[in-house]
Amino acid sequence: MKKKGEMKKVKKVKDKVNDGQDDDPWWWLVQEGIRPSFLCISLFALLVRVAVGLHPYSGARTPPKFGDYEAQRHWMEITLNLPPKDWYRNSSVNDLSYWGLDYPPLTAYQSYVHGVFLKTFDPDSVALFTSRGYESYLGKLLMRWTVLSSDVLIFFPAVLYFVLVYRSMRFGMGQNSDVAWHIAMILLNPCLILIDHGHFQYNCISLGLTIAAIAAALSQKDLVASVLYCLALNHKQMSAYFAPAFFGYLLGKCLRKKNPLLEVTKLGLMVIGTFAVVWWPYLQSKDAALAVLSRLAPFERGIYEDYVANFWCTSSVLVKWKKLYSTQSLRIFSLAATLITCLPSMVQQILAPSSKGFLYALLNTSFSFYLFSFQVHEKSILLPLLPLTLLALEESRSILWLTHFAMFSMFPLLHRDKLVLAYMALYALFILVYFAPCGPSGRCHGTKTLDNTQKTKRSVDFITSITFHPLLMGFLGLCSLILHVIYLTMHPPNKYPFLFEAVIMLICFSQFVLFTFYFNSKQWMLSKHLTSKDKQKKLI
Amino acid sequence: MMEMQESPRTPVVMAQLSWFFGIATIVKLLLIPSYHSTDLEVHRHWLAITHSLPLSQWYTDETSEWTLDYPPFFAYLERFLSMFAHLIDPQIVHLHHGLNYKANSAIYFQRMSVIVSDLFLLYGVYRSTLALASLKRNLIWLLVIWSPGLLIVDHLHFQYNGFLFGWLLLSLSFLAQGRDVMGGFLFAVLLCFKHLFAVAAPVYFVYLLRHYCRGGLVRGFARLSVMGAIVVAVFAAAYGPFVYHGQIQQVIRRMFPFGRGLCHAYWAPNFWVFYIMLDKGIAFLLRKFGFNIPAPVASFTGGLVGDASPFAILPRVTPLTTFIMVLLALSPCLFRTWKDPRPRLIVRSVAYAYTCGFLFGWHVHEKASLHFSIPLAIVAVEMASHANEANKSSWCFQP
Repeated sequence: MKKKGEMKKVKKVKDKVNDGQDDDPWWWLVQEGIRPSFLCISLFALLVRVAVGLHPYSGARTPPKFGDYEAQRHWMEITLNLPPKDWYRNSSVNDLSYWGLDYPPLTAYQSYVHGVFLKTFDPDSVALFTSRGYESYLGKLLMRWTVLSSDVLIFFPAVLYFVLVYRSMRFGMGQNSDVAWHIAMILLNPCLILIDHGHFQYNCISLGLTIAAIAAALSQKDLVASVLYCLALNHKQMSAYFAPAFFGYLLGKCLRKKNPLLEVTKLGLMVIGTFAVVWWPYLQSKDAALAVLSRLAPFERGIYEDYVANFWCTSSVLVKWKKLYSTQSLRIFSLAATLITCLPSMVQQILAPSSKGFLYALLNTSFSFYLFSFQVHEKSILLPLLPLTLLALEESRSILWLTHFAMFSMFPLLHRDKLVLAYMALYALFILVYFAPCGPSGRCHGTKTLDNTQKTKRSVDFITSITFHPLLMGFLGLCSLILHVIYLTMHPPNKYPFLFEAVIMLICFSQFVLFTFYFNSKQWMLSKHLTSKDKQKKLI
Repeated sequence: MMEMQESPRTPVVMAQLSWFFGIATIVKLLLIPSYHSTDLEVHRHWLAITHSLPLSQWYTDETSEWTLDYPPFFAYLERFLSMFAHLIDPQIVHLHHGLNYKANSAIYFQRMSVIVSDLFLLYGVYRSTLALASLKRNLIWLLVIWSPGLLIVDHLHFQYNGFLFGWLLLSLSFLAQGRDVMGGFLFAVLLCFKHLFAVAAPVYFVYLLRHYCRGGLVRGFARLSVMGAIVVAVFAAAYGPFVYHGQIQQVIRRMFPFGRGLCHAYWAPNFWVFYIMLDKGIAFLLRKFGFNIPAPVASFTGGLVGDASPFAILPRVTPLTTFIMVLLALSPCLFRTWKDPRPRLIVRSVAYAYTCGFLFGWHVHEKASLHFSIPLAIVAVEMASHANEANKSSWCFQP
């Protein structure tokens, strides 16, 4: 029986090859279904990550402080050699001013596991005190392997889970190759690969857990979603950028169920339980917990550092925030601004939760946090970029444009890390994959692109016309290209040594603000479009 | 195969093929800072030799252990590249100061030269697959443009195989269309780039003799003269200057270093490995049974030690032996081609020739497996569909 089935399958492939129609050129990738094509694309994504790992990391060969690579190595050293209660405490053996731990406990546990791995193969790299500034070929190889393994074990499966859920959400719309394109857009996101496997960080863990939480929420597994999101929060406190969206969506769904109070209580218990398990070593005393909390929110570092394309840094060109106000008042300003800007999105989800609305809410809240929050780094653009890649099929124009500006905003950082070649290669790869032959943006059969599937109201038309105005886009595109060249070849004037960074920041900020308006308006239009259908069937 | 029609889809094909090539190029760019073997220094030194020394000293120079051992066209190619290298960083092509020069400029320049030379491979694949259906085309592109073996050998280890295979595929594509003169000419040029490709020369010779030089005695002889003249012209362009300087002996000696052993340092998986293991196995057994078998003095990977044989029991293998073995293995293919010279079968005949060369050759590198796997990729899809056709009906191949 089985042999007959196999013969049939082989014949089918041979017939396909012989027929030779000018069909979808990706038939060989997608004909077996989503899982095999995901495996194929993820193997290529793994190859790209390994290749980027060959390039320098942050702070390579720059004593005394080095960079993020040294910070992660140092955390492995600390967590391996000291008991948990000493990890966040300043002591003679743990000097917090030299790259002290400033992420929540899950990062510490992960550093411990990776530290064990490093100690097995290269004990000198994690020896207490003596391994400070340790740099070697084997050490770099092992560290790169820790990021690769985290990516493969956490990020990739989460993306597969999401893609399967998302596909069932779209009720089979679009072609099979669209799913493959979507997978490629998420896995080959140039910013994530450059930061994780170039600069050296572990964003794949927290972002992977977030994606898994999103997928669980979309497939109505709310309790699982809350646990996964709390784990993401406990890995990097920056995951809180998504908190209002999760809160709004889950609360909105609870309110629509039979017994809202019970549902909310269940969710609350899961959240508290997760936090209790993760923070267990630090719940023994108030001091321990406060020690960790003070490391997580370093307010003394000021409202911004370096040149990041958010509101405070950009407007500081005109209004010198740091000079006019104290840190205390700036904290209140930024908190207020962030809450006000993410409120519309959160309220929309509480009132009318929907799957697509949830994805837009994630995008909007993370953007408002990026623009108005305290102590934002350039790398934080990864957070708004994540839900945008998840929405790639809906927002195919936006993803091209915003990835360009996200990369551009990180260009000075990557230039300092000597990752310019990797930057250009990954940027070119992104463009090529985006315009893949007979993909959603390179249609060869003249079918409609997926961008305009819904009827948009007039106000959104107006915003769309400004956001995607051809002349404006052309001008900005040209400016950014010229600025790349200028940054690489020319020296800034002595009076304004950070002139180029400031200009880059200005351009990127303008686009981010414009798109925040655009995405917010899209989210509201969604709810108006859905409420009429909602009355007949529960879409949630 | 049928005559090629200029399909209206040609721009689409070119665009899609460029897309595949673009993806491969990006991976190659990312691999620039990776490990490279001594071949990088070898080629850099050849840039220096051809740039700094006059032609008469190219094959006699002994400044470094990496002496020039490719035919003259490759030396001309290095001369051409060295012009650009000199512009970028003169130290790359300095004969003495450039020795073991590891600066970024040298590495980037050389890596980029391999990446750019892969455009020849692109064109070769383009011509070979233009007339095929889109699905078959895509599969062949995957196997050749994204070939992992070629990527590792060319862009990690460092060699110029993509460039050379481009010439081979171009030559085969012309032959498959029935344009024998171009095919023969391109093969002659390829031989002057790397003489290792000469293993397929018997197949080419027999095929061209029977397919091109036919149609009666007079016409056949005229065509033979034309083809002969073209080949001689190509070889004259390559070796002529060295004959003029009286160095042809030295050039031949450099190109065919038979002082090396039967096997390369890391054994290529060919027939001689079994022969060697058999020899050692028999020697071991015979020693167990009490016979006195002296251990051989010479080794298999090193040079010949006087007249000593590296084999304990079995007869010694000389370069002549391997040459005869290769010809013997090739003979069925040569007979078939003599009897029935069909354009459609030329690619697989050449692939078969390289397989024989790999199995029975002298001092074969593992890299030589690319010589038959790349042409085989071109016909792999055809073979699958041929098998299907042969199952369906008994009348198959049209001339």
